[in-house]
Amino acid sequence: MSAVIQNTGIPADVAGATGARLAIRRFLANRIAVVGLVVVILFILFCFVGPFVHPTDQLHTALSSANRAPSGAHPLGTDATGHDELGRLMYGGKVSLLVGLAAGLLATVIGTLWGAVAGYAGGWVDTVMMRVVDAGIAIPALFILLVISAISTPSLSGLILILGLVSWLVPSRLIRAETLSLKNRDYVLTLRAIGGGHGRAITRHVLPNSVSTIVVAATFQVADAILLVAYVSYLGLGVQAPATDWGGMLSAGLTAAYSGRWWLILPPGLAVILVVCAFNAIGDGLRDVFDVKGR
Amino acid sequence: MATTLYLLRRLLQAVVVIFIVTVVVFCLLHSLPGGPARGILGAQATPQQLAQFNREQGLDKPLVVQYVIYLGQLLRGDLGVSYTYNQSVAQLIVQRLPKTLVLTILQAVVALVIAIPLGMWQAARRNRPIDYVITTVSFVAYSAPAFFLGLILIIVFSQTIRLFPSTAPGGDTLASVFAQPQALVLPVVTGAAAMVAVFSRYMRSSTLENLGEDYVRTARAGGASGTGILVRHVFRNSLTSVVAMLGYYVPVLFGGSLVVEQLFNYPGMGLLFWNAAQSSDYPVLLGCVLIISVATVVGTLLADVLQTIIDPRVKAGRA
Repeated sequence: MSAVIQNTGIPADVAGATGARLAIRRFLANRIAVVGLVVVILFILFCFVGPFVHPTDQLHTALSSANRAPSGAHPLGTDATGHDELGRLMYGGKVSLLVGLAAGLLATVIGTLWGAVAGYAGGWVDTVMMRVVDAGIAIPALFILLVISAISTPSLSGLILILGLVSWLVPSRLIRAETLSLKNRDYVLTLRAIGGGHGRAITRHVLPNSVSTIVVAATFQVADAILLVAYVSYLGLGVQAPATDWGGMLSAGLTAAYSGRWWLILPPGLAVILVVCAFNAIGDGLRDVFDVKGR
Repeated sequence: MATTLYLLRRLLQAVVVIFIVTVVVFCLLHSLPGGPARGILGAQATPQQLAQFNREQGLDKPLVVQYVIYLGQLLRGDLGVSYTYNQSVAQLIVQRLPKTLVLTILQAVVALVIAIPLGMWQAARRNRPIDYVITTVSFVAYSAPAFFLGLILIIVFSQTIRLFPSTAPGGDTLASVFAQPQALVLPVVTGAAAMVAVFSRYMRSSTLENLGEDYVRTARAGGASGTGILVRHVFRNSLTSVVAMLGYYVPVLFGGSLVVEQLFNYPGMGLLFWNAAQSSDYPVLLGCVLIISVATVVGTLLADVLQTIIDPRVKAGRA
């Protein structure tokens, strides 16, 4: 953003303050987006502070207390290995939120760099890079993920890396389009004329001026990634026991659900839906604030 | 003339994309534990068998040469042999692909038939309570994992009120899929839900955008009714962007078939792929990835062709 402000000649702090205040006001005017933000904050508190309020043992199995229905001691009952389901919802939520956030942000970083370089370079470099994106989009991510799960079981950081590597394609298209419209602006041409390199043009002008597109893309990307984490656990590529996440809880509770034990699948299912909805709502709100096209 | 050139360029692009897909699948083949020989002969193969296989198949040659051999096999329709089904992968896919196509096309048609009028109706009722209600439902439908949604549908409609079966029609022929149409309801609804959400949202904003255009004001000034304008002008103008969007949505539909087919035991590519993953049947896995990707590229290409047919601006090269 600083580049815009420098070029308008308005002192940065003044322009920044009014801009930020205006942006916050526009965001707060979007009621659905505000609800989304509140839901995300509540879930973060639930998953990270909740275990101190409702401490449970999520590491050891306790078969003597397995498969209990909801009661005072276990508000959401217990699962087949005796874990308290409410505590497990917090414990699994940490993994879902952290992996989703990390993978979504990683995908945005890769997509941003790829799209900015392709759009800025133009010509055959752009053509080749964007055909690679087309090919990546043509291979459904779930299929690739299932092949990987048949080959090996990744660690937590490996999982984040894999998720990031299969989901950077959409943001790369958005950032490329943005770069195409920015690269012939006067301030970029000026920088080039006074001897600034291409890398400097991208990092100093193209990326800072694409920041609104990047932020909106990142928000949607995190929503998609949290959903993808649930799918990945369902496909058997998720974190390994005793660790779990909401998707892992869902696939573990599948058979129990058929026999009427709703408390094993409804809470994690609703948690995924609520959090993904919330991030999408925030993305919608930010898109309106920044007036960004796309998605 | 401009149309022909555009379509030729688009076709060339599709060929390049398929070429890149084959490179990706080739790389996957070579990242299998123990390499492609282990992948094809299975976990029980001895080192001698592996070495002999490598010699026979030319797997001791440089990678580039191997890739050319691999491309040659693909062009002859040779995708290898499944070691769980004891059948050629190509044969398996020929049996299963039509069923997946039927399911995804049904999902797309049902989704569009619901989403297009719904989005336009929302635009006409914008910012009223019903618009907010539908928007909320759309958000939920988009954010629900398909396997969770399908599970809830099975518990409600199949176990509790026993309206629809929870297992899709089995059988080897395509006709058997239609033998029991009520068994298709839940798989189609599960796969279509997120698509209804995406396309109704899209149609809503597209309609709102078009309602602000000059031609709508002109039509209204000429005495056209609100519904008449929506159907005659706005619908036609939004349709082109919906078709373009459809091209982007093809990969999502095929990706979803994996979960839907597994959940409802529907005997298409998705289920074949799922079972192959459980038994590490690598020739089937890689053959499916390749064919599903080619199907995606072709689907996207068809959407683009359809768009040039219905939108004269694309023909003139102005859009």
